[in-house]
Amino acid sequence: MTQNNPMVSVKNLSHVYMQGTPLQHRALDEVNLEVAEGECLAIIGHTGSGKSTLIQHFNGLIRPQSGSVIINGLDVSQPKLDIRTLRRQVGLVFQNPEDQLFEKLVGDDVAYGPFKMGLPLEEVRRRVHWAMELVGLSFQEMKDRPTFALSGGQKRKVALAGVLSLQPKVLVLDEPTAGLDPRSRKELLERIRTLNREEKLTVIFVSHNMEEVAQLADRVYVMANGKAVLDGTPRQIFGNQELLREHHIGTPESVHILYRLREEGYEIDPGAYLPEETALEILKLIKR
Amino acid sequence: MSTDPIIRVENVSFAYQLNQDQQVPVLQNVSLEVFPGEYVAIIGHNGSGKSTLSKHLNGILTPKEGDVFVNGINTRDKARIHEVRSRVGMVFQHPDNQIVATIVEDDVAFGLENIGTAEEEMKERIDFALEAVGMSAFRHRPPHHLSGGQKQRIAIAGILAMKPQCLVLDEATSMLDSYGRQDILAVVRKLHSEGMTIVTVTHHMSEVAEADRVIVMEGGKIVLQGTPREVFSHQERLQELHLDVPDASRVAALVHTEYPAFSPDLIHNEEVVAEVNRVYGRRAEASGS
Repeated sequence: MTQNNPMVSVKNLSHVYMQGTPLQHRALDEVNLEVAEGECLAIIGHTGSGKSTLIQHFNGLIRPQSGSVIINGLDVSQPKLDIRTLRRQVGLVFQNPEDQLFEKLVGDDVAYGPFKMGLPLEEVRRRVHWAMELVGLSFQEMKDRPTFALSGGQKRKVALAGVLSLQPKVLVLDEPTAGLDPRSRKELLERIRTLNREEKLTVIFVSHNMEEVAQLADRVYVMANGKAVLDGTPRQIFGNQELLREHHIGTPESVHILYRLREEGYEIDPGAYLPEETALEILKLIKR
Repeated sequence: MSTDPIIRVENVSFAYQLNQDQQVPVLQNVSLEVFPGEYVAIIGHNGSGKSTLSKHLNGILTPKEGDVFVNGINTRDKARIHEVRSRVGMVFQHPDNQIVATIVEDDVAFGLENIGTAEEEMKERIDFALEAVGMSAFRHRPPHHLSGGQKQRIAIAGILAMKPQCLVLDEATSMLDSYGRQDILAVVRKLHSEGMTIVTVTHHMSEVAEADRVIVMEGGKIVLQGTPREVFSHQERLQELHLDVPDASRVAALVHTEYPAFSPDLIHNEEVVAEVNRVYGRRAEASGS
């Protein structure tokens, strides 16, 4: 494929924890992955499949032991690489980031990153304003709110705004909506989708929620035992029941209905993974 | 159903104190009874008061006004709080926050040690509890290498070892993947079929569909109550409350709009399959004759 350089390029990446001890454990085994600019990639896999180890390479929390990771031209394996330059390009939002808010006021928490970058105060203010509005927090209303008095969903938005205020090129999220209620979940997913589609932000997220994967991802990268076992569109992934079973990957609820209908002998496309598409498939059957 | 409830919540109000003159009301005059053997699901968006309500069910929180009784014991009675907690056990959201020991069986034994259970009895109860959640094989393993779903099963085992009559799950599956969730649901289903009373607070509507009764909270009050089928038939009202319905209900409603003969009133995946069979079969008959 002729294409510009990918935003993220991982080549033959391996990682072994506790190397040379009896507890030695190979977390990544010759992983290859390319993510294009503006793409939205979901990484899924069981506990211990290596997905967390992989994403920690993206902003240099872990440096490659062997193989390479290149982000927007920056080589993470280069010991001389200025880690701050890398972290301005890649914003990593951890699981339950709301536990990591530390300033008393919302605005101060979002401002922390740009402030540490040494930006002029006016620019810091402009970025905080931009980032807060982007995640759906009104700058006027919320900047002086104490962080402890926010709901879980609001806190998570503050944490996300804090990362966005650095204006990264790549946003990496670990379980972005785990533990949120349906309303906050839907809202946050819509925000992330807007960032991806309109701001052209490259988004990589780890998730075990298949509804979330179905709604957000352009492409799904499935890991098991430190390796990629599948790589394709949600339609390709969810439409392949045998592979899903083999790798213990769940499906969105509505896909269960499709598989059951297929078992009953109906001709049906199991790749229709959204409830609306599932309804259309059923209508096709009964109206025919 | 016996006439005496296990849990009786009477006109309970509760508020969090922000500072001396400011408080945030969370529960407003809530009344509720849970009967032995019942399976109750509590739903509502974040901040609706459902989690605060569930924390009242075994005296983690005590009401500002009103009372909560567990088997007739007022949860305000500090002298009897251990009795209350041994009858109503609670499992929380984060698996990692509930593990206290470095070996699975020690973790399950934690509560028993605290109440001074004799060694022989302790062993029996641990056997029983690990067996009930299907984790006997992991007895001597360190818990931190387990998956989230396995950790939650250990947390449930720790509570089962106390032989409670009622299990309260406060978003116990919300951090788990679909396999982990299925494991927990299977354990809960089995316990319920053996007579355990279950109260579950959840955002997963397919879980809610399994309950006998659903309680919908909004603004610290109970606003809707009934069987899952009754509650999920109020799709518009639930949407106003920013709550979902199970995918099965959504799919059925969508099909119904285009094809009115298709029942909109479905909550389980299998019901959708059966309805397709019914409609398809009837149509085939009609075209055949």
